[in-house]
Amino acid sequence: MDPGLLRGVFTVLMLVLFIGICIWAWSSRQKPTFDAAAQLPLESDDKPPPEPADRS
Amino acid sequence: MDKSHSYNDVVVRQFSIMTVVWGVVGMLVGVIIAAQLMWPELNFDLPWTTFSRLRPLHTNAVIFAFGGSALFAASYYVVQRTCHVRLYADWLAAFTFWGWNLVIVLAAITLPLGLTQGKEYAELIWPIDVLITVVWVAYGVVFFGTLAKRRVKHIYVANWFFAAYIITVAILHVVNSLAIPVTLGLSYPIYAGIVDAMVQWWYGHNAVGFFLTAGFLGIMYYFVPKQAGRPVYSYRLSVVHFWALISTYMWAGPHHLHYTTLPDWAQSVGMVFSLVLLAPSWGGMINGIMTLSGAWDKLRTDPVLKFLIVSLSFYGMSTFEGPMMSIKTVNALSHYTDWTIGHVHSGALGWVAMVTFGCMYALIPRVYGRPGMYSTKAIDLHFWIATIGIVLYVASMWIAGVMQGLMWRAVNSDGTLTFTFIESLKATYPYYAARLMGGVLFLSGALIMAWNVWKTVATSERQVTQPVMDPAGGAQHHAT
Repeated sequence: MDPGLLRGVFTVLMLVLFIGICIWAWSSRQKPTFDAAAQLPLESDDKPPPEPADRS
Repeated sequence: MDKSHSYNDVVVRQFSIMTVVWGVVGMLVGVIIAAQLMWPELNFDLPWTTFSRLRPLHTNAVIFAFGGSALFAASYYVVQRTCHVRLYADWLAAFTFWGWNLVIVLAAITLPLGLTQGKEYAELIWPIDVLITVVWVAYGVVFFGTLAKRRVKHIYVANWFFAAYIITVAILHVVNSLAIPVTLGLSYPIYAGIVDAMVQWWYGHNAVGFFLTAGFLGIMYYFVPKQAGRPVYSYRLSVVHFWALISTYMWAGPHHLHYTTLPDWAQSVGMVFSLVLLAPSWGGMINGIMTLSGAWDKLRTDPVLKFLIVSLSFYGMSTFEGPMMSIKTVNALSHYTDWTIGHVHSGALGWVAMVTFGCMYALIPRVYGRPGMYSTKAIDLHFWIATIGIVLYVASMWIAGVMQGLMWRAVNSDGTLTFTFIESLKATYPYYAARLMGGVLFLSGALIMAWNVWKTVATSERQVTQPVMDPAGGAQHHAT
């Protein structure tokens, strides 16, 4: 295969991969996972230190 | 309380304090060399204080000492909070702190002595390069070890950015530093000629892309939602942002070698990928800024948020400017002029330093068990002084750069150059003065921060330990 065609195929592959990632990211199946993940930074807040004693 | 039930904030505290210390040192050296450009006598005719030796000291100090410490602190803090576990291997984390600071001290000794590999942003001699590699591998083990024992299923997007930055920086550093040692201070790179140049700028540009961008985007994706008190605008966009950014940055390096002996097609590849980079960069910027939608009023009252949002604005500006400057015809004007310096500092001061300040103002009170920084007014003052400093710095370098580019390319009707180089230098003096003023303002802001941090730390009980939070929604233990 000549290098020109190979580069073309590679470019198309990359484009398909990118579109694939977009479709995957926007699919409704990912929504609950992403929503839960997006909450991760908000879960802990360690300003004034909580009582350390109430943990066993 | 069992140690594994609390976060390892010792190493976070150490790195955050050193972020402030190295920030002041690195910016001070920057101010000194900016002054040397105006008054060359300021090198006191000593070899150790010449511009050529202090300039790499400045860049290494601000990028790897200040920026590096901030990344260590923030990544260690974020990975523990978002994985709901204590950091993996306390002793190894402690090793990364002492090892990294040893690297910085060695850099501060060798660079003024003139011991250098001569590669921009990779100046350090080979024994230090070896030490960097060891410390960096330890960093990777601590970070990925923590990810591996996480108690939630999903790896939060900030950690993806940190992970990409740690892996890529390891590869970049090792490949670009490959050299044959001759003596302790002397080595020769294994590459030659234009291949050496290409490897160097593959390294150089990805140091920007992964150290100064991906790493700090990790900070952004945690601290902007945290400080705004709302989840990131679009988690989906953050996923696409991640993959698009890391796969595009890798190829943009050749734009540093326009109109050199690098093959023309490689220059074009670099230019095209740099242009494409605008899309993921702006996607990330919009994602960060829009996180505030519906809570814009917080910008009025929270100076920490001001730092974070203005940093994103500068990120947007410099990631627009960068692709533009990578266009060959624009580059023909901008290359080798102070426009490049302006562009770099719009990114380094505006984006990297501002997001670091915001992150530190949010992080330091938390790890020192304080409700907030000692003085909120001082944060606000720091914000305004720093912002005015950046604007002065960047605007003066833009004007100086365009002027230099135009003067250097001006030709008379008989084909001779209109201006000598020294004429363009003389014309640059007023802009050097404005730049120095901008730098002094920015350094003053950092000193205000140092005072504020000192006061905050002094009023805290030193030994605060934060218990590891249980994941929301109970046992989301991941399956392994």
